[in-house]
Amino acid sequence: MKKILKAKGFKMLTALVLTYIIIQVLVSTNIINDYMQATLVTIFINIILAVSLNLITGFTGQFSLGHAGFMSIGAYTCALITARIPTTWGFILGVLAAAIVASIAGYLVGLPTLRLRGDYLAIATLGMSEIIRIIFINMDDITNGAAGLLTKRFVNWTWLFIFTVITVYFISNFLKSTHGRACISIREDETASEAVGINTTKYKVMAFTIGSFFAGIAGALYASYFYVIKPDIFNFNKSVNILVIVVFGGLGSLSGSVVSAIVLALVSSFLQAFSDVQMILYSLLLIIIMIFKPGGLLGSRELSIAMLGDWRAFIGEKFKALRSRKEKKTTAKEDLDNDPVENK
Amino acid sequence: MDQLLQQIINGISLGSIYALIALGYTMVYGIIKLINFAHCDVYMIGAYIGFVCITSLKLGLIPALLIAMAICTILGVLIERIAYRPLRNATRIAVLITAIGVSLLLENGMILIASPQVRVYPQIDGLLAKSFDIGRITINMKQVLILATTIILMILLQFIVKRTRIGKAMRAVSLDTEAAQLMGINVDTTISFTFAIGSALAGAAGVLVGVYYNSINPLMGLLPGLKAFVAAVFGGIGIIPGAMLGGYFIGMVETMVAGYGGSMFRDAVVFAILIFILIVKPTGLLGKNVREKV
Repeated sequence: MKKILKAKGFKMLTALVLTYIIIQVLVSTNIINDYMQATLVTIFINIILAVSLNLITGFTGQFSLGHAGFMSIGAYTCALITARIPTTWGFILGVLAAAIVASIAGYLVGLPTLRLRGDYLAIATLGMSEIIRIIFINMDDITNGAAGLLTKRFVNWTWLFIFTVITVYFISNFLKSTHGRACISIREDETASEAVGINTTKYKVMAFTIGSFFAGIAGALYASYFYVIKPDIFNFNKSVNILVIVVFGGLGSLSGSVVSAIVLALVSSFLQAFSDVQMILYSLLLIIIMIFKPGGLLGSRELSIAMLGDWRAFIGEKFKALRSRKEKKTTAKEDLDNDPVENK
Repeated sequence: MDQLLQQIINGISLGSIYALIALGYTMVYGIIKLINFAHCDVYMIGAYIGFVCITSLKLGLIPALLIAMAICTILGVLIERIAYRPLRNATRIAVLITAIGVSLLLENGMILIASPQVRVYPQIDGLLAKSFDIGRITINMKQVLILATTIILMILLQFIVKRTRIGKAMRAVSLDTEAAQLMGINVDTTISFTFAIGSALAGAAGVLVGVYYNSINPLMGLLPGLKAFVAAVFGGIGIIPGAMLGGYFIGMVETMVAGYGGSMFRDAVVFAILIFILIVKPTGLLGKNVREKV
């Protein structure tokens, strides 16, 4: 029993259940109102997107600027399926189909373009996602062109919570597997990992396919919550926004992506109050953070319970140092006070 | 045949503009390996400065062009100085995100100052309003103006890069920054100068677009910016003649596709060409293949 209680997985599970219960209580007591619930849903979708892009860009080191394209494929697939089968089962089928179609697209896009390196790959993926967007605009019969599709709402935030947890769990476990380690080795040094016998193309395409799989899920969830999808939602800016979350949290840190998705969503919903200058403040913030903390919030470290312990020790030490300094000061003061008396 | 020639002439005008913007991208990339996303917004601001000069200050086209180029030069140098220089030793992706931040800042700053609505450039009368026919092809004086300005600027650029001391420094820094520094070249000044030239060209392109298409708005830089970057990659990024070639090619392709009935797909075709080129010859048409050594 003690072993189970001490296991890392159990702690994680408790934390998740607690988070769920707290949010659920807040929602049912209406402290989190409908508007804030939309922010909550955005946070979860952004976490899925950021974590999956982090797998491609942060861990495998392949710079992609086309994540929104795969998201849009997922969104349209799911919307078209739920329009035919408007039930919860239809929604589940839609999410699965969305993920599979998006990952097939990711595979097809990744196979030729992943031979490119660095900025060239970024531009190629950017071009791909623009092409996907233009195709959606022009397939009037199926996608209703630029006006977009109207969808029904199938999910509440519980669904999103579940999918987010599955995504993070899957990707963090993938990274601990042989394949995941191979991906990380490609980021560290592609030539060296090729030299030790890692099939770099295979693992790059694998990371890219998995990343687009989850981007497809995020798109499907988006389509099932926000009533309307149109090609312009998934434009270049969307891809950039996802990348900003990833870099802000720290390339190669899953918990960083989660934290930064939450922080950025809260910041931008807080900035809604200054709607005139909202984007200006956002961009200034972005520039300032990048200048002063170019590695992102967490760098490539992970947030963990052990780290919290470290922090506690760190803060405790600081506190102790502060107190001892204070004590020294007071004693010094007393000395000073005493000195003249002694002199007299 | 007539239609083809007409499309080629239209393509040259559009291509000139892409080439002018692409030059800025390619020079900056060549020297500090940064996709300067803010570049397309410098072009947008150039268009707005030209608009103010022509409507409020009642200046002629040529003074407006020169003022726009001058202010864009200052803007470009300031952007480099404030946003990119502190990140000289940071990872490239951090600089890229900063560039995106600057781009957002310029766009939204402009929306705040000038409102998001579309502004219409005043019709310019006199010589520029005329057009003349050769056979059944119409050539607009504006098209002549664009081509002439572009050619003058490109000759000037070639002169600066090939014949002056600072041009030599630019080439040296883009070839090998550290070695250039060891030879006593001031790298920071050289980079600033590169931004200055690139931004001046973008400013000129902005005014020309305003005159040619008549309408400008704060987000006008987005798509031309991407396409100009495609042009730079197409010709081989970091190579100045490559950017010119790429700009004209992309402009030509775009007008051809639009002219022969595919106007909805013209952006898609541009990006498809980009991907094709990248897969077949990743260093671009004029690029040299550099083997990676371990």
